[in-house]
Amino acid sequence: MSDIAERVKKIVVEHLGVEEDKVVENASFIDDLGADSLDTVELVMAFEEEFGIEIPDDAAETIQTFGDAVGFISKAV
Amino acid sequence: MFDLTGKSALVTGASGGIGADIARALHAAGATVGLSGTRVEPLEALAAELGGRAHVLPCNLSDAEAVEGLVKRAAEAMGAVDILVNNAGITRDGLVMRMSDADWQAVIDVNLTATFRLCRAAIRGMMKARWGRIVNISSVVGQTGNAGQVNYAASKAGMVGMSKSLAAEVASRGITVNCVAPGFIETAMTDKLNEAQRAGILGAVPAGRMGTPQEIAAAVLYLASPEAGYVTGATLHVNGGMAMV
Repeated sequence: MSDIAERVKKIVVEHLGVEEDKVVENASFIDDLGADSLDTVELVMAFEEEFGIEIPDDAAETIQTFGDAVGFISKAV
Repeated sequence: MFDLTGKSALVTGASGGIGADIARALHAAGATVGLSGTRVEPLEALAAELGGRAHVLPCNLSDAEAVEGLVKRAAEAMGAVDILVNNAGITRDGLVMRMSDADWQAVIDVNLTATFRLCRAAIRGMMKARWGRIVNISSVVGQTGNAGQVNYAASKAGMVGMSKSLAAEVASRGITVNCVAPGFIETAMTDKLNEAQRAGILGAVPAGRMGTPQEIAAAVLYLASPEAGYVTGATLHVNGGMAMV
């Protein structure tokens, strides 16, 4: 797993309090990992901080799964 | 009770009578205060009076960019914004048939839109801290209406609906959002009334007197305190019984 994926996973595990092995490619933050809509906003804020990037609102809406997040951030950094 | 040691509070309209007393009350409870307003002189006088733990942060709330930057400046000066008190407000009274779009818009911009922008900017840090207090100063006329004040009453009623909605969004993060709705309070705003107007108003106040800025500040202090953690989306009316809602 890439360094970016590891860092994203660490944030997701810490923020949502889920087991690491649940955070897989197509795991949906809301449907599979128990996030509410505010959690998804906070995750995006945490990603922005960790990677020093800006994630615009329309892009944030497309980040539904762990894989989406890793994919978006990999392109953005 | 009501110990705010270690907390930082940003108060808008701190150059006015009510805002200054809100800042004094929070400061006396141990908070560091950020004093915002348009007139620098009274802010500096207040900061000097308070001594330590006071920062002067001038801001024109009708300037969108300045509003966006205010919370950031406050956080830089104080380390955080744990408590936000949206107290600044303006009036441009007039009967509807004579009210210009500009008078409508100016009041909505400062009283409602600036409050929204400051809330939006402040909740970011509060969410991270898992603690925050927002107190928006509404008005009795937001509930009762008042001839000659469609713009002001709309802005103050709008504040209540906005506060309830925001309260629902952030309650799970330890952030509360409440309103205080003053009735007739002795300030520069009510000093402009003539004797007949004053007598008319007091006839409608069961307490038989105007309220004091300190009585508003005490309500704000309560809502800003750790003890009020289970109170959110509420409006605390401080009006001498003028409107019992």
